[in-house]
Amino acid sequence: MAEFFQETNAQFRRWMLHLKREPFTLAFTLLNPIILLIFMGGAFQGLASDSVGGDYRSYLLPGILALTVFGNSIAGGIPLLFERENGFLLRLMSAPISRGSILVSRFLAVNVSTMLQCLLMLVLGLLFGVRIATGVGGVFALLVISLLLGFGVTVISLVLAFRLENHGDFFAVMGITTLPLTFLSSAFVPLDSLPAWMRAVAAVNPMTYAVDAMRSLILTGWDAPRLLLMAIVLIAFDAAMFWLGRRALSRHLA
Amino acid sequence: MSEPVVRIENLSKAYGIVTALDGISLEVKGGKIFGLLGPNGAGKTTTVKILATLIRPDGGKAEVAGVDVLTDPAKARSLVGYISQELTVDPYLTPLEHLRYYADLYHVPAALRQLRIRDALALVGLAGLEDRRARHLSGGTKKKLDLACGLIHRPPVIILDEPSLGLDVEVRRDVWNHILRLKEEGTTIFLCTNYMDEAERLCDELAIIDHGKIAALGSPAELKGRLKREIVSVEVARGKEASGEWLATLETAAARLSMVRKAVKDGAILKLYVDNNEAALPKILEAAASLKIPLESIAYSRPGLDEVFLHFTGRAFARGGENDG
Repeated sequence: MAEFFQETNAQFRRWMLHLKREPFTLAFTLLNPIILLIFMGGAFQGLASDSVGGDYRSYLLPGILALTVFGNSIAGGIPLLFERENGFLLRLMSAPISRGSILVSRFLAVNVSTMLQCLLMLVLGLLFGVRIATGVGGVFALLVISLLLGFGVTVISLVLAFRLENHGDFFAVMGITTLPLTFLSSAFVPLDSLPAWMRAVAAVNPMTYAVDAMRSLILTGWDAPRLLLMAIVLIAFDAAMFWLGRRALSRHLA
Repeated sequence: MSEPVVRIENLSKAYGIVTALDGISLEVKGGKIFGLLGPNGAGKTTTVKILATLIRPDGGKAEVAGVDVLTDPAKARSLVGYISQELTVDPYLTPLEHLRYYADLYHVPAALRQLRIRDALALVGLAGLEDRRARHLSGGTKKKLDLACGLIHRPPVIILDEPSLGLDVEVRRDVWNHILRLKEEGTTIFLCTNYMDEAERLCDELAIIDHGKIAALGSPAELKGRLKREIVSVEVARGKEASGEWLATLETAAARLSMVRKAVKDGAILKLYVDNNEAALPKILEAAASLKIPLESIAYSRPGLDEVFLHFTGRAFARGGENDG
């Protein structure tokens, strides 16, 4: 156990050094959600105020948080894939480490960076006049929801990092999943305004439950049934991904 | 030190229909440098990856320091330092951070960490560069850092896959010296190489590997001794219209001489394998004179490792048109 901690900690520290020393990458990852918040929020304010009732930026912020979480988590495995390609990972595997430490350390690093980004988005939201109905406790709850959503998606990404042939495929998968999955949820528009078939997909999209819960925390207040539903759906999603991920990777990390 | 530290028995591995290893067996004694010499695709990297527990063979056994790499890979990993062919340096980290990283991956106790890191830095001559990000280091320095990372846990066995690939002459010599120093300290070294001079300079024992099979095994001197041949290299006058023709005529004539075992054209040079060059030289000169073929130069030499390779595999050691050794 002490050894597992030592090797996981070492790998986690390395990922954190990367985060610290790649400020541009971090800045550009943040640019996309910021643009969405400022421009999309501004552009649709007039159109949307009737259907969402009130400030569209406040309405949009949870959607952008969910998009940030999804984007960051699904991209989380990419460095591992690059290191599979350039030989760094193989060298790592020649060390007497538990293979799980490779996944755990990357998982932690991805989620720490996601939390940082979510916090930044929240601060930015506050600067643009978004008020969070549930206050400081709500901010904490928003981060917990982000983490619950990020967990399962990060697991998917780690599986892809080991199962896909090359990083080109990875980017293709990311490209065709991120935006459609976000649109097929309640991230940008109320579910009721979606066509029936999209609503059906959105109803089984975990992102919908995360966004709805976040939105209630920001716009209205503590909504226990909604939070409970979100917790059940996301925990089930995370558990399912974890179970599938273990199965998918057991052979690759023997 | 006489107990073998690396033992490979009848190892085989195929990738689909391509046979990478076709039942190789060998033993490496403690404190020696053992070299696996062969062209690309001969099976060198497959062999060391099996020793480093990175791939599983289809059949056979492999042991390092008495530990079976197949049944107890975790233990085997802690006894081996594996330095791969590719540079595995992280451009964002400093040498100090690399060593700290690997010290933790090999579970070096905190109390010993500083000492080990200093030692590793000093051994490969990186002291003074420890705080510079690896992206700003030269290729040679990165290779030395790679080497240092593989030593941090003081493994009894070091595996080096093509240690001087892509390095310039000076850095190569530097890396060789570090390898020799490791040997002096009692480490057993298993290396793959593509270079004759590297094998000759470093290895106590050598296996020539070709098409996944071991073609010959022995010390460099032994292997060369087994050829029992000497070589006379004859060059006809350069740059003349008839140069090519002269060379061909001389080849035919020389092949008829009783002391010439074999005549091989190597570019503009005719290589004659003879039993005794003192006796053969005058005969060859006589033959050239009687055919009125002007000569540019004539030289004789003992066989190098590339002749050894040619002899045991029946093929020239071709490597991108280079011709060294």
